[in-house]
Amino acid sequence: MSVKIENLSFSYGSHEVLRDISIDVEEGTLVNVLGPNGTGKSTLFRCILGLNRNYTGSIIVNGKDIRTLSIRERAREMAFIPQSHKPVYDYAVLDVVLMSSGAGAGAFFSPKKSHVDRAYEALERVGIGFLADRPYTRISGGEQQLVLIARALAQNASTIIMDEPTSALDYGNTVRVLSCVRQLSEEGLTIIQSTHQPDQAFLYADKTLVLHEGHVLAYGTPKETITEGLIGKIYGVEVEVNSLYDDKVRVCVPTRELARR
Amino acid sequence: MGPGKGSEIHARKNRRANAILVALGVIVVALAIFSFLVGRYPISPDKVVCMLAGQIAPIDAFWTDQEATIFFNVRLPRVVLALLVGCCLASAGAAYQGTFQNPLVSPDILGASQGAAFGAAVAILLGLGSFGISALAFGFAILTVMLVVAVAQAARGNQVLTVVLAGVMVSSLFSAGVSFTKLIADPTDQLPAITYWLMGSLTGAKPADITLAAPPMAFGLIALYVLRWRINILTMGDEEASTMGVNTKRLRMVIIIAATLVTAASVAVTGMIGWVGLVIPHLSRMLIGSDHRKLMPASMLMGAGFLLLVDDVSRLLTTAEIPIGILTAFIGAPFFLYLITREGRK
Repeated sequence: MSVKIENLSFSYGSHEVLRDISIDVEEGTLVNVLGPNGTGKSTLFRCILGLNRNYTGSIIVNGKDIRTLSIRERAREMAFIPQSHKPVYDYAVLDVVLMSSGAGAGAFFSPKKSHVDRAYEALERVGIGFLADRPYTRISGGEQQLVLIARALAQNASTIIMDEPTSALDYGNTVRVLSCVRQLSEEGLTIIQSTHQPDQAFLYADKTLVLHEGHVLAYGTPKETITEGLIGKIYGVEVEVNSLYDDKVRVCVPTRELARR
Repeated sequence: MGPGKGSEIHARKNRRANAILVALGVIVVALAIFSFLVGRYPISPDKVVCMLAGQIAPIDAFWTDQEATIFFNVRLPRVVLALLVGCCLASAGAAYQGTFQNPLVSPDILGASQGAAFGAAVAILLGLGSFGISALAFGFAILTVMLVVAVAQAARGNQVLTVVLAGVMVSSLFSAGVSFTKLIADPTDQLPAITYWLMGSLTGAKPADITLAAPPMAFGLIALYVLRWRINILTMGDEEASTMGVNTKRLRMVIIIAATLVTAASVAVTGMIGWVGLVIPHLSRMLIGSDHRKLMPASMLMGAGFLLLVDDVSRLLTTAEIPIGILTAFIGAPFFLYLITREGRK
């Protein structure tokens, strides 16, 4: 399904964080949100997820205005994947995935056998079924991130929001997590994720949303949006965007370093 | 692989946890039976069984009236109260440690114990009887937590942090109130009564105490048991939990109400018994894991068994009867220290 945002603005007190944002995310699209720290990426996500309520404009997810949805109804439409973090208590991986199984259910819900099976299937889908009975705190950061992705899948929502899923991961885990995300989007999920790496957008995203000082600087395919001028403007570094493999991918290289060699 | 594998793994884990729960249950029942028999006036097992059965079916009394009085008016209420209070304090502790995402909080984190202590001290100063003391202690415990929650609602920022901070502050306020009542209390009878109450004791347990405490305890325990799985989600943090469909504010409030009811009811009839609510959930976690679906019943059983055991020690080993509030720490703390150092070596 889809996410449609129109004229979204949001302020913390008198400080305006998001200004007049309008984007249309079609079903099954993987959108990368790019922008320096403090530019409003997380605030945008919090608005979409319904955690920030007093915004102006409208956010329509799967045809429903999220302002009118209850917490429970929102969880049926969207799942959230936070950065992996160490929980205070040590749960089994399967129990962590199971946490999302009550989304949309009543207050006295407790997971049944069918939910357990669905949670395990979600683990299999991201390729870590073998971790099901391991303690969550004793697996690697990349595996933890995959567990959280599985948890979002088990929630059975068609839209997934991810906040910098790979920022704390090493190179191998980053590649594994992102290709898993790519795969899920090809299976039809709508995914919006933030990132700090423009190169990742070239490799994995259908579309790139560039936020700068709270408004949309560009929104389109990675090749259209990520240009030398844009990187210079939002990050303040000069780069050369290079094309590789008949323009299948592109990479940004800082020119300052090239000049030194 | 495929469908079924997940529930298979889950079932295997469940079987182990259920076996532990059954074992705990058996231990608690055995302890209770043992506690019925022993004491300064031992009663033989056949008499205990027939006295209990005699309540529902007519059985000719082959025991003395004195034995019946000891059993029904002293021993039975004391054993039942020890079980109930241990169960309540441990489950409230487990619920709070989950809800506030902090393994160091105890049931009195929101001021229930200090509020109850102040209520009891005021009742003693007013010269009220034991019913008055319990009623005022219960009332003030509830009032204190309500005050804490109201302050936390009015404050801005992280809800978990503000609730806990407000709890600590309001607790210290009531603790100062208790000190003040001690200052103005009559040193010959009121002061010792307050001091003794603060140490916590099951010595004076009466059937009336159970009638008084059982309804709020039952309500709170059922609520905590029913909501136990949701506490898992709450431990991941409010924002994450709410994206999984949990109304965190409302859930936390219901848990606070339930835990406060059981804590207030316990403290009102026994005085301050520390330690159980803090450490029993930890011991349960070491035994059965962090999943609150299993942790909650394990804490309930372990708390009940532990407090009964300590109370047995209190009434059997010492003729002067050391207050249980002191003994829980004497027995529990070294045991816990042993366990965590052993854990470190593994």
